[in-house]
Formats: sequence, structure tokens, C-alpha cells
Amino acid sequence: MRRVDSPSLPFSKRTLSNGLDVIVHEDHHIPIVAVNIWYHVGSKNERPGRTGFAHLFEHLMFEGSEHHNSGYFPPLQQAGGVVNGSTNTDRTNYWEVVPTSALDLALWMESDRMGYLLPAVTQQRLETQRDVVLNERRQNYENRPYGYALMALAGALYPEDHPYHWLTIGATEDITAARLDEVHEFFRTYYHPANASLSLAGDLDAARGFELAERYFGDLPAGPVAEPARAAAALDRERRLVLEDRVQMPRIYMAWHSPAMFSEHDAELDLLGDLLANGKTSRLYRILVYEQRLALDVSAAQYSRELASFFLLAATASPGKSLTDIAAVIDAELARVADEGPSEAEMDRARAQTEAHFMYRIQTVGGFGGKSDQLNAYNVFRGDPGFFAADLARYRDATPSAVRDAARAYLRFDQRVLLSVVPRGQQALGLPGSDPVTVS
Amino acid sequence: MRVDRSQLPAVGPDPAFRFPRIVRHTLANGLSVRTVEHHTVPVVTFVMLIDGGVVSDPAGQEGLAAITADMVDEGTGDLSAIEVSESLAQIGAEYDVDVGADAVVFTLTTLERFMERGAGLLANLLIRPSLRREDFDRVRQMRLDRLRQLKDSPPAVAERAFLRLMYPDHPYGHLAIGNEASLRGLELERVAQCHRALFQPNRATLVVAGPMTHDALRQAAETAFGAWEASAERVASEVGDVVPRVEAPRLTVIPREGAAQSELRIGHLSARRNAPDYPSLLVMNAVLGGQFVSRINLKLREEKGFTYGARTGFDWRRRLSPFALQASVHSASTAEAIRDSLAELDGIRGPRPPTDTEMLLARASLTRGYPRNFETAQQVSRSVAQLALYDLPDTYFEELIPRVNAVSADDVVRAAQRYIDPARASILVVGDHPVIADSLESLGFGAPQIVSADV
Repeated sequence: MRRVDSPSLPFSKRTLSNGLDVIVHEDHHIPIVAVNIWYHVGSKNERPGRTGFAHLFEHLMFEGSEHHNSGYFPPLQQAGGVVNGSTNTDRTNYWEVVPTSALDLALWMESDRMGYLLPAVTQQRLETQRDVVLNERRQNYENRPYGYALMALAGALYPEDHPYHWLTIGATEDITAARLDEVHEFFRTYYHPANASLSLAGDLDAARGFELAERYFGDLPAGPVAEPARAAAALDRERRLVLEDRVQMPRIYMAWHSPAMFSEHDAELDLLGDLLANGKTSRLYRILVYEQRLALDVSAAQYSRELASFFLLAATASPGKSLTDIAAVIDAELARVADEGPSEAEMDRARAQTEAHFMYRIQTVGGFGGKSDQLNAYNVFRGDPGFFAADLARYRDATPSAVRDAARAYLRFDQRVLLSVVPRGQQALGLPGSDPVTVS
Repeated sequence: MRVDRSQLPAVGPDPAFRFPRIVRHTLANGLSVRTVEHHTVPVVTFVMLIDGGVVSDPAGQEGLAAITADMVDEGTGDLSAIEVSESLAQIGAEYDVDVGADAVVFTLTTLERFMERGAGLLANLLIRPSLRREDFDRVRQMRLDRLRQLKDSPPAVAERAFLRLMYPDHPYGHLAIGNEASLRGLELERVAQCHRALFQPNRATLVVAGPMTHDALRQAAETAFGAWEASAERVASEVGDVVPRVEAPRLTVIPREGAAQSELRIGHLSARRNAPDYPSLLVMNAVLGGQFVSRINLKLREEKGFTYGARTGFDWRRRLSPFALQASVHSASTAEAIRDSLAELDGIRGPRPPTDTEMLLARASLTRGYPRNFETAQQVSRSVAQLALYDLPDTYFEELIPRVNAVSADDVVRAAQRYIDPARASILVVGDHPVIADSLESLGFGAPQIVSADV
């Protein structure tokens, strides 16, 4: 039995002649294989007025393809597989975890919807899935407390023509207006072997994995190489906004632009989020929730993305407590960490947690965040599936002074968005000087 | 070789899989220990299942078990709540508490090299929590605030009201968190008493899974929990069985002004987890609403476009458990979604028995992928804890597959006739009442019972 004391994620990689990257990781503990495909397309590849397409495709891709022109769930579930997919600003992923006996089936189906989807994307299918997506939007954003906050923040952080200005779910009017020819064009541009990465992890040997990948995907034509989305965004002042929502308690959000995924200071800001607000030991939890009881909860995280990231801090006021007082505590702590940096004890704790989490991450072969998904993430964003060890090293090697420098450089009071979400009709509960904002 | 795209590739025979062997031990103090060897990555999980939970909350003290469980990591010995959190972080541990209807389940996962520290810490928390007044005041206030926030979450509002409809006179009828009046009335001494009564070695089962021998796993359990002594405190009184009410309100509305969707629950008390025809119920639910490709989801989501997703399921308990459909539907479609749902509940009872295709799909999706639920130490130990909770045999996992595969379409119809009845289903809607009132009237259930969100 192989035992690892330091977590590792070994793999083999080949690129087919049509540009499809294929990665295989062997794990023979359980007779299952994870099939995971990333398309390097997300809502960042959409245009203003035409938002929500990448996510709409995530729905259409399960409805059928030319040679299997009906739902994708029945054959895979009947084979004992689980199936899912997700879309974010930067990428779309589709995956199955199947018994080894159904690996051919999963590859056949994934390759059919990569190569032969459009004949099955009809006006009627588009309309049905459009309705489902509108319901998803109602359920997860419109009918959920604080559900509009991220829309307001994205709108304030990024200018209108920036690819991160809209959320992945898209605008209601754009989803409603989506035309079949535009949807087809979007697919032809982004969903093809040269813009995709296939990762297989589980009870198979690498040679067989590559052979099957060649058999099912090898003759699909490469599409156009997509122009990488680029855009710049910056804040030149502090923007204060207030949003009314159906909530009991006001919540303050603070958002900053921060360095892109895997670039300098990305890991340090991730660690900073932990030491500020992850667990009872964290600085802000301890002061705001535990000692002073100004807040019911507090969170802080670096949201790492391909073009540029954002750092988001949020705290919900305890009944009767003011967002102004909460913001003052947060600002004092931000100033302190930018001045003194974290202690060695804080760094030790953060490192211990990170090492453990890297170990926990290699327990499953499939699904969101499993080994197949991680290999694709490293491959698509770094061009190197073997970045696991280097990724861990980013955290192991982070120093207190680097964390301090990151806080100093990025979490500036004069370049941020402060959003107060308040109960309806109670704008006065927002931070002073906030401009009302509406989203829909 | 070109791929034959004229048909889907055949699926081969199911690969062989051996479910983990479970070894049972009993410590001298009566603690039941189950060990499972799990040799993948150097990670170990401890799951402690304590008998009691929602069901052990006395009337008027709803939320007692949950707040007691919450107080466990608020300090032990010299360690404050903050220092407990620090100790967990130092070993990279994941700590979690789940307060269920019949049991409180604590889970601690850590790296193999921290196994002793993790087990020792968990034992100190569970056996010797500090239960300090200032921590109790803070934890209770946070729970009161949480309750207030839940009023804005339609699924939470629906869940709460639906349980009360199902169990008006039984402890099962409340959420683990309790209600505002009960939380305000709780005293720290009641929490201490609840802890003494519930947290006893002879009421608990410990499952340990990790990359070492059964003997080494048992030894770890013994070292940490061997000194746990029983107390003389007893649970207030035994809770009786559930008596289904004869006439439950048919239609209940919880108004939510301006809601974009209606949150639906449709169901009734149905079966017990240890029902002999449990495999038939699993297959029946899979066909009806237990998976993406089920009748309910295909009808309401794919055919009608009313919702992002609809499903049915059993909320299993040791005693009589509810069966319910849940969905969040576009307000304008509320009445039609209810009508369609009731028609599906009726259809599977005979008018539209499962087709061969549906049966194949349901059975296979329940059985063929089963091994994937045993990848991590945490998955394995939680599955084994479920066996302890429902008093199921150690051979349960391997026996379930042939039992499910033996279920016929007739079995499904029989199970549906016995356990599903749209005529006595309670229908609960959290939605924009003025917008949906007229169409609800067309359902013919008379004037709805109107309930406020803060039940």
C-alpha cells in the first residue's frame, strides 16, 4: 500500500493532435474512474448584453447531442455514474464518476457533446433550459437573503465592459433574449478540443487512458484558438453603496481588487483571509463575534480568478449594532496587520491547516474539487497539471512580512467598495455617505 | 479505429468491490466501538454518535440537545473556546457537529500523525466540557439571532412549518435549533444536566476509520475514551411512538410578500427507516422524485419549466418518518405545480406503474455506483455510524445491493399504495399570497390555513 507523508498528485499528460490535453492519474483503491473535462470558457468570454451564455450551455450540454439526442443523465446513472457540471467566470467543468465498467460510455458521451452538440440544440431545447435558468436565478439570487449583494459588488468593482462586471448566472433580460444562432456561435468558438482539457483519475492505467482518449476524442476537429479575455479594472477611491433587501440584519461587505490566481501575493492574501476570519481563533471573529458581539458572523477570503482577483470581507450586524462600529473594528485590524504583519504563531497555524487541507484534497478522485478536477485546474490555469507541489510550496514558503506587504499593497482604505445591505426601508442603517444602488 | 456512434458503448459487468470490514469492540465502560481499516491517505476520522437529539428535547425546552452539543467545543479544562479552536487548527483538524432527530453526531478528521492528539482533544470536549456561563450566554444569543435570520430563508421557514404539521404533539415536530421562547427559557444548569444524561458511554457509539489495523484503531479509542465514566443522570422520560393525526390541515400558506417563487412542501407521515420493504421504498422514491431523472423533476423542471429542481424523499427517523416533495416554483405556476405533483404521487400507486426503463434506471443508479461512497475515511466512518443509528447489521452494505436489485415494479406499486397517499398529503406554500391566492382556490381544498413565518 502506497503511503504518502507529504501529499502529492502524480499524473501523466499527452496532447492529442487536435489540441486536447489528456491527463491520467492512477488510483486503484476503488473500482471507479472520474472523467473530468474543463472548457476554458466562462462568463468572462461573454459580451455585455449577451450574458449568461456559458452557464446556459452547462444546461444544454445535458439535454442531448447528435448521436444521443436525449438526456445525458439516464445512460450514465443506469451505469452507476454520478454526473454534474458547473460554470464560473473563467471556466466550465463537466464530470462523471463511473464504475470502471462504464468508462467507455462516459468518454463516448463526453466526446459526442464536444464534437456533435449543435444538431441537438434546437429552439425548443433552448427555451426550456432558458426557463430553468430563470428559475435557478430566482431561487438562488432573487428569493435568497443577501442574494443580490454579489451582483452589486461586481457592478461596482468592474466597469460595464469588463468581463467580470456581470455574474455568471447572467442578466434576466439577456437570458430571455438569447437567440439560437448566437448560442450556436458561442459553442463553435469555445467548446472544442483545443480549448479543453480531459482528466481521468481512478482505477485505470495511464496507457489505457490515453488510448481511450485518442479513440473517442482523436478525430474531433480543433476549433479556433480563443482570444484570451483581457481587461483592466481599478478603483481610484472608496465607493460606498447601500442596497435594500429582504433581510433582518444589516451586513457590510468590503471588496478590493487583488492579484490574479497564482500570481505574487495571491497565496498570501488567501492566508490573510484565514487569519482574519476563519474560525474562532481568527482576529476578526474573536473581536467582532466572540468578545464585542458586534457581529453574528464574519468572513474574509481571496477570490482567486484568472484575470484578476478580489478580496472580500463581510460581517453581519448583531441586532441593534451598527455597521459603522463594525467597519471601525475591521479597519483597525486591517491597519494593524498592514503595520505589524501576522505573528509567527498565526503563520504556524495557517500552515498546519493548509498542509492538512492539501492532504484532504487528495482523498477523492472525482467531483468538484477531487483529484481529476484539481489536475484540470492546474493544467488550464498554469499549463502544468504538476503544479500541486508548487502550489503547496506557495503556502509553506509564505512569510509574515510577505503577508504584511500584501495587506499593505492591496487592502487600502482609499481603493475599495463598501456595500451595506440593509432591511427594506432602512437605508439609514447603512454606512454614512452611501449611495443607494438597485440590482435586479 | 473510428468510433461507432450509432449506439452507446455497452457497459461491462460490475467490477468486484469488497465493502469495508467492520469490527466491533466494547470498552469496559460500555462504550461501543466500531473500527474500519482504511488504507489510502494518512487521514483518520472519529465519529461519535450519541443517542438523543431533537427527540430528547422535553416540551418547552426545544433546542436543548442542540445547544448542549454546541457548548461542547466552547472549552474544556484549562482551554477556553478560543484555545480549543486553536488546538484543532494546530493539527489541521476538521470538527463538525450534527444534531439529528435521534442522535447527535460529532466528527473529527485529522492527519494520522495527529491521531492521538485529535482523539484526546475530542474526548476532553465530549466528556469534560467547561459549560461556562459567559459562553452559554453568547452561544444562546447567537442561536436566537440565527433563528431570526432563518425567517428570511424560504426553505428554512417551510421546513420548520412542515415538521410542525407532521408532528404537532411529538418532539420530532421542531427544528434542532428550537424556538425563540424555548431558547430564552433555557438555563445553563439544564444544559449541564442534559450533558450528564445524554453523554454517557453506554449511550454512545464511536466509529474510527484510518490507515492502521483494527487493533491499533481500537487502542486509540481505548486510550482516549477508556476513562469515560457513566453518570447517574437519566434522560427525563422515554419518548413515545408517533401517532399520525387523523385530520391534518390540507393547505397551509405562509405569506411572503413579493416573493419571486413559492417554496413548496407536499407530504405526510409515511414509513420507518427499519421498514421491511425499505428497498422497495428506495426504488419507488428514485422513480418518483429521488434523482434528476425522476418523474417529478422531469415534469416540473424539464417539461413545464416551473422550477430549477423538484425532488421527493424520506426524512428518516427511528420512528414514523415523513415523506415529502419539495420544490421552489415560479409564483405564477404555484397551483399548477401542486396539481402536477399530486398527480405524480397518485400515478405511481397504480394508474402509471413504473416502466421497465424506469425500473432499470432506478435500481442501477441505487446500486452500481455504491462503492464510490467509500472513498474517504470520513465517508466510511459516517456510513458505519448510520448502521449504529438504525441498528442495522454489519453486512448491510453488501446485502442492500441484491435486495434492491430484487425489487420489482409490482413491489414499487405496492409500496406506493401502502406509504404514499396524495389524498392525505399536507400542502405547504411559502409564497406571495395575494399573487397566488386565486389559483390556490382553484385546487378545491377550501380556504388555506394562514400561518406566520415565525411559528
